[in-house]
Amino acid sequence: MDKKILFSLLGLAALALTACGGSEATKPAVEDKSVGAAGADTDAGVSGKSLDAKADLLAKRRVYFAFDSSAVDAENRAIVEAHAAYLAANKNIKVVLEGHTDERGTREYNLALGERRAQAVERMVKALGVSADRVKNVSYGEEKALAMDHTETAWALNRRVEIIY
Amino acid sequence: MKTVLQPMKCILAVLFAGYAALASAILTIEITQGVDGGLPISIVPFGGAGKEPPPQDVAAVIEADLARSGRFTPLDKKDFVSRPTDDKQVVFKDWRIVKAEALVIGSVKPAAGGRYQVEFRLYDVYKEKQLAGYSYVVAADRLRAVAHQISDIIYEKLTGEPGVFSTRIAYVTREQTGKRFNYKLQIADSDGYQPVTVLSSVEPLMSPAWSPDGTRLAYVSFEQRRPVLYMQNVVTGTRRRIAEFNGINSAPAWSPDGTQLALTLSRDGNPEIYLMRLSDNALTRLTSHPAIDTEPSWSPDGKEIAFTSDRGGKPQIYRMRADGSNVERLTFEGEYNARASYSADGKMLTLVSGAQGRYHAALLHLQSSTLQMLTDTPLDESPSFAPNGRMILYATEHGGRGVLASVSADGRVRQLLKLQEGDVREPAWSPFNRTTPTN
Repeated sequence: MDKKILFSLLGLAALALTACGGSEATKPAVEDKSVGAAGADTDAGVSGKSLDAKADLLAKRRVYFAFDSSAVDAENRAIVEAHAAYLAANKNIKVVLEGHTDERGTREYNLALGERRAQAVERMVKALGVSADRVKNVSYGEEKALAMDHTETAWALNRRVEIIY
Repeated sequence: MKTVLQPMKCILAVLFAGYAALASAILTIEITQGVDGGLPISIVPFGGAGKEPPPQDVAAVIEADLARSGRFTPLDKKDFVSRPTDDKQVVFKDWRIVKAEALVIGSVKPAAGGRYQVEFRLYDVYKEKQLAGYSYVVAADRLRAVAHQISDIIYEKLTGEPGVFSTRIAYVTREQTGKRFNYKLQIADSDGYQPVTVLSSVEPLMSPAWSPDGTRLAYVSFEQRRPVLYMQNVVTGTRRRIAEFNGINSAPAWSPDGTQLALTLSRDGNPEIYLMRLSDNALTRLTSHPAIDTEPSWSPDGKEIAFTSDRGGKPQIYRMRADGSNVERLTFEGEYNARASYSADGKMLTLVSGAQGRYHAALLHLQSSTLQMLTDTPLDESPSFAPNGRMILYATEHGGRGVLASVSADGRVRQLLKLQEGDVREPAWSPFNRTTPTN
């Protein structure tokens, strides 16, 4: 991945965390290393095996989607499952699932699409044993892009659900 | 003027609402296509009697209005043989020489109480006949408004259609200060001047919609960190929450008689279109489908509602009666058609049409079912008609920034409206009945 993009994304991720009060009460227990991962860059060239696969998955707090889709693929499903298992074991934690889209298409339709993505993850988390009263979903549609460029790479990063707890 | 703010859960979110006399960045208009070919008109610099020139050059405002419409070509003042400022000085032969078909003269003179008297006359050069002539006495801060009114009269006398120069546009701006974004819902004159901030927030704002009488805006605000629908009186600044159910509260559209709002709610789990009766906020659900149903738009007669649905797999435009019955699909061409908005005569929809990853403002001619692309820019959004149906205003991306653009319904005239800094988006053209904020 292009270094410049990576750096700007790291900056934006930091910005998103500071700008979004929704996450201020919920200090991430693990560092977010998901930038440039899953779905955004399928050709990362890194294939080393992690020593702690579960912690690695928990470090990823974004689930990515294809254009105009709310389907969670196998790679992203593993991330959701890891978080669901953690949440099922830690019953005092509440989670917010924030659905986002890229900038293409119309804002109101994207607001609905963002909700559909958040709901898709919500259904999975509930099915894996997290009680309904601990899960909330919210859609921001295309209003809170992480990557500001008007490119395929930026759009792929913006089509996401953020797992916030 | 004071605004009643309801208690907010999130202190960070909204900093202020209402008519604040903040210095706001002005939208500047750049005509990108189609300045030639209009009716040749001579607009003579207005005369005056004061020691100092009036605070607004009224003739210049009129000239810019008429040029921007694409239907007039104001002639170069350096070719003028004479410069009449009242009726007695007009020599029609002087104007036939420069090939003007119409002539505008006038004056701005100081009047009692610091006000100004504005007079103008419009002539048909070849018939040697006065077509219109009016006199106004106004405060200095109303001179631009009078200039736009004069432009409307000239436009209507010469084209037979009402002008839209006295209307206003609402839009959302986004500016970055440090690490934060600041969003503003603003209203400006149709030429981008005199912007007023209606609401400012650090969370996104979207979907402003004018009430048919031009006194209120409904819009979506994320100040509670979720999409909630508000209504705000743009004259008094008073605002209230009108829908804050679980899920999405969005896509407001006023019924033509102003008594109801069509809106999108996902309180039952998935986005459906509802009607809200404004007298008592009573809700009626219109759609019932597991797909996304959103972006309602009323036909001008109030009998039908067009909307976006992906019930066929991809977002397409559908139409139903205002009671939710007789749903029919309207668009079949293109992979993605969304956010339709009716023309004033009800014969066309303007919408966003996408194919191969490019999203253009387009027109759907309802009688022939033909879809006509209006632009070749790839990221167009939120198109709507001017109240006289001659222009379509939409949001697009230009030079990496969000800008507004307009295109005449015949595709001949194009303009960009942009801010010096930051993005501008979500344009909504006001109806004709404008209410002037008191000042």
